[in-house]
Amino acid sequence: MIGFQYARAADVADAVRRMIGDPTAKLVAGGTNLIDLMKMDVERPTTVIDINRLPLTEVEEIAGGGLRIGALVRNTDLAYHPAVEKRYPVLASAIMAGASPQLRNMASTGGNLLQRTRCHYFYDTVTPCNKREPGSGCSAIDGHNRMHAILGASDACIAVHPSDMCVALALLDAEVRVAGVSGERMIAFADFHRLPGDTPQRDTNLGADEIITSVELPPRGFASNYTYLKIRDRLSYAFALVSVAVGLDLDGGIITEGRCALGGVAHKPWRDHEAEAVLRGQPADAATFARAAEMLLRGAQGYAHNAFKIELARRCILRAFAQAARGTPQSQSSKKIV
Amino acid sequence: MTKKPADSKAMRSRIVGSKPPAETARAKLRSTTPDAVSVSLTVNGARHAQAIDPRTTLLDLLREHLDLTGTKKGCDHGQCGACTVLVDGRRINSCLTFAAMYDGAQITTVEGLAKDGALHPVQKAFIDHDAFQCGYCTPGQICSAVGLMAEGRARTADEIRELMSGNICRCGAYTNIIAAIQQAMERS
Repeated sequence: MIGFQYARAADVADAVRRMIGDPTAKLVAGGTNLIDLMKMDVERPTTVIDINRLPLTEVEEIAGGGLRIGALVRNTDLAYHPAVEKRYPVLASAIMAGASPQLRNMASTGGNLLQRTRCHYFYDTVTPCNKREPGSGCSAIDGHNRMHAILGASDACIAVHPSDMCVALALLDAEVRVAGVSGERMIAFADFHRLPGDTPQRDTNLGADEIITSVELPPRGFASNYTYLKIRDRLSYAFALVSVAVGLDLDGGIITEGRCALGGVAHKPWRDHEAEAVLRGQPADAATFARAAEMLLRGAQGYAHNAFKIELARRCILRAFAQAARGTPQSQSSKKIV
Repeated sequence: MTKKPADSKAMRSRIVGSKPPAETARAKLRSTTPDAVSVSLTVNGARHAQAIDPRTTLLDLLREHLDLTGTKKGCDHGQCGACTVLVDGRRINSCLTFAAMYDGAQITTVEGLAKDGALHPVQKAFIDHDAFQCGYCTPGQICSAVGLMAEGRARTADEIRELMSGNICRCGAYTNIIAAIQQAMERS
C-alpha cells in the first residue's frame, strides 16, 4: 500500500472542500472495499478522508411515506431496521444475502453504491484492464469470464457490479442524494451507475467533488409480494452468479405493478421497463412471467465461460416471480429454494 | 511491507505483453511519506494512545504494536474472519479497517473475553464441544459468536450457520462450532 495522508472531515462541506483540493483523494466510510483495493495497489489515494464522523447515520421518515437512509447507515442496521423489515423487506433480504455479518457491520449505505467490481483482472495489477488502466485492454473478454456480464457489456469491459443491496434499491426506484460544490442534487437510481461503454473506468455518474449523503426510498415497497433470489457458487458469502429481485402489486391475481431487477449480470443493476410493461394488467402466472423473462434477456450475450448464465438467469427470473406471486420470498438463512 | 523497484510495473507489463504504463501511471507509483496519526483506543479495558502510520490496520495495531497476538491474520482481505474483534460490542474484520478510523472506540479481543479467571461461556462451549482442530480460526470464531449472540438474530442451526458464514474453518470443525454456539446460547 502506498503512503497517504489521513484526514477527518468535520462536516459534509469540509469533505467536499478536501476532495476539490486533492483529486487523488478518496473518502473512507466502512473501508471494506477501499482498503482491500489499496492493499492490492489497485486504489492509490494520496489522501484518505475519513467521513465516519459526519451526521449521516439516521434512517428517517420522509413526507409522503418514504424513507431517507443516511449514507453512513451500516448495512446491518439498515437490514434490521424495523421500517425496512416491515415496508421494504426486499431490501432487507438483499442486504442479508450479501457479504458476511462482520462486513455488513462495517459497510455503509453510500459505500455499497460505490464498491468496485470483483473482476479478477481488475484486482490483478499485472494484467491489462480498461477499468483500472484505461486503454490497456480487457483481459476478461478472452480470459476467465465465468462471473462476467451477459447484458449491457462493451468491447472495453465485461465486468459486473457486485452489490446485492443495489439490486433491491434499483427495484424500489430509490434516489441518491448527493452534495457537491454547487449544492445538492438527486440522482435516480437507474442513472447512478453506468454501463461500461468506452469509459469503464467510470462506474457512476457521481461528480469528482460529490459525496453521497443519503439514499431515499419512495413509499411503494412491495411488502406482500417480493423476493430476492441469489444463486452463487456456495450457499453463503459469495458474489452472485445471478440474482433476481422481484416486486409485485396484485389485485385479485392480476398484476397492477410488476418489477424485476437483476444482479450479477451487468455493469449495473439491470432493469428493463419494456419487460415490466409486459406484466401490467396480466395474470400472475407462468405464461406472463415467461414472456417477461424472454424480454429481459433478449439482448443477452455469453462469453466462453459464462454462457450458462443466460439460461440460469431465465430460470431464476421465473422462480423469483413465482416466489413473489405466492408470497413466499426466498429465505436467506434456510437456503432451500422453493 | 515490501518496497518495489520503481520500474517493476513496467517490467511486469512487458512480461504479459500489455503496453507500458503511461507517464501518469508511473507518477502514481510514487508513494508519499504519511504523517503519523494520533489514535487512542481502549482495548480489553486498557487505554492505549499511539502515534501510528495511517496505513496501520486495526489488526496490525493489535498484533504488532500492542502484542495482542490472539487475534489472527488469515487472509488479510476480509474473507476468512480470523481477525474478527468486537468494536463497541459489534463484530468486525479488523484487517479491513485503519486503526485511525476507530479513535476513541472500545475494542474487545479474544484476550478480553474471560472475566476474573473464568472463561467466557462461548470459550467454555468451544472446549466442551471440541469445536476446533488446529485452532487458528478459533479466536475469530469465538469473537464472531459473541457478536452473533449480542445481535440476537440467530435462533435455529440454519440461522447460526448463515450468521457465522464470515468465519472460515479450513479444518472443517463447523458441526462442533454450531453445537458450541447453541450451547452458549442456551446457557446465556
